[in-house]
Amino acid sequence: MAESLIDLSRVGMTYEAASGPVEALAGISLTVGAGEFVSLVGPSGCGKSTLLRIVAGLRPATVGDVVVEGQRVTEPIADVGMVFQAPILLKWRTILDNILLPAELAGKEKRAYWARAHELLEMAGLHGFADKLPRELSGGMQQRASLCRALLLDPPLLLMDEPFGALDAMTRDDMALELLRIWGERDLAREQRKTVLFVTHSIPEAVFLSDRVIVMSPRPGRVAADLRIELPRPRTVELRASEPFGQLSLEIFRTLTGRAGADTGV
Amino acid sequence: MKIKALVRQYAPTVALFVALLGLWQIAVSIGGIREYLLPAPASVWNALWYPEVAWAEHLWTTSWEIVGAFLMAGVVGVLLGVAIAWSPLLANALVPFLVFVNTLPKVAVAPLFLIWMGYGIFPNMLMGALIGFFPVVINTAVGLSQVEQDMLDLGRVFNAPKWKIFAKIRIPNALPYILSALKITATAAVVGAIVGEFVASQKGLGYVIVTTQSSMNTGLAFAALIWISVVGLVLYGLVVLLAHLWAPWAEGID
Repeated sequence: MAESLIDLSRVGMTYEAASGPVEALAGISLTVGAGEFVSLVGPSGCGKSTLLRIVAGLRPATVGDVVVEGQRVTEPIADVGMVFQAPILLKWRTILDNILLPAELAGKEKRAYWARAHELLEMAGLHGFADKLPRELSGGMQQRASLCRALLLDPPLLLMDEPFGALDAMTRDDMALELLRIWGERDLAREQRKTVLFVTHSIPEAVFLSDRVIVMSPRPGRVAADLRIELPRPRTVELRASEPFGQLSLEIFRTLTGRAGADTGV
Repeated sequence: MKIKALVRQYAPTVALFVALLGLWQIAVSIGGIREYLLPAPASVWNALWYPEVAWAEHLWTTSWEIVGAFLMAGVVGVLLGVAIAWSPLLANALVPFLVFVNTLPKVAVAPLFLIWMGYGIFPNMLMGALIGFFPVVINTAVGLSQVEQDMLDLGRVFNAPKWKIFAKIRIPNALPYILSALKITATAAVVGAIVGEFVASQKGLGYVIVTTQSSMNTGLAFAALIWISVVGLVLYGLVVLLAHLWAPWAEGID
């Protein structure tokens, strides 16, 4: 395994609510290697989105150490692409200008990224839509544009928070394939791929996409299981119907619901 | 096809308008309502063009007051809204004060303006601005803060300075809200200018209406009213046009 890109040790997070302190995350220790695709699954409110934001430095951990690329995270980290459940594109900007936004926000020369933006649009199948406004695109296309935006500055780390959660089932499966293609499953060596931390509610989605699936327990979120998905890459549509795919999905389901045979080691 | 659609949209308005005018004319000529109570549409029409009334000058004065009031309310309103959204400290200082000013019956302040500033265009502008600025403040502040947390997180990830988040995200986001408030301000500016003229003026359409009280020239009052609404409609139309040009993505928000 290549060097680790994310290193969490005993990370906990407690926040103050009206009814008193709420423990959202407890004792999370997790290592993600460079180029790994790791999914976080867990029940609603288990803190998986919070964990993603802690890794990005957008929320502070109450206890524990967060290290990304060898640096302790104390403030928002710059080398990261984020994709959220909603595409949150700026309504008044064209798709191209939306994709160029990170360059502008980071104070870089916008024109220098023009070619890169077009390349990403091409790759995401949006080449005819550069000059359209977001509202002229379907939900799936908007989410692809949002992925292009996350990739513009070529960050080594992608944090995705239920990015396909708002899409219909068929678009969702298509997007999973698209994501793997853009990630470079077919044409990049493992160490050249981006590290992805992917939050989802969907077990099949997590199994289909990932090298590893981290199953989290209900609040306070802990690592209930850490499963390696030894399915061959590139992943194909047929794989979804295969025996090992079903076995893995069932195992994760059992861990999540706490039924028979769960591996609950932390 | 296009003409058909236009006809279908506007025909009912025109028909209603013509019918009301007809009823009005019939009520006056057959019903025998006296001219000083309700002048016939025909005499109002004549009054619109009375050569003995310096309409151009009155129109000019009132238009200036309204436009000035509108611009003042717009500029001050946006600046205050930005200040409130920019810093919690400023918000805490300004908001209670602004709410207090807004609860004052602005009309009651007009006599004070006369004492402080005398006759003239400026105090009437100020009256219009005073009535019209508040919605702009509120909508600006709301529009600036109605940005998804995820969008702001995106800004933080890229270490964008606060002013850049304002310039590239918050202000464009607030634009439809501001334009929507300016439609209210356009109407309020008209009210303010006329109220100001009622209290103290030597010129203007409001002044014309005041003079008709003693002369019982009701037709003239109606004519002045029509001129006022023409100015108001033109200003309102300009704001709608601006909204269409500046914030086309927000079409249909209000």
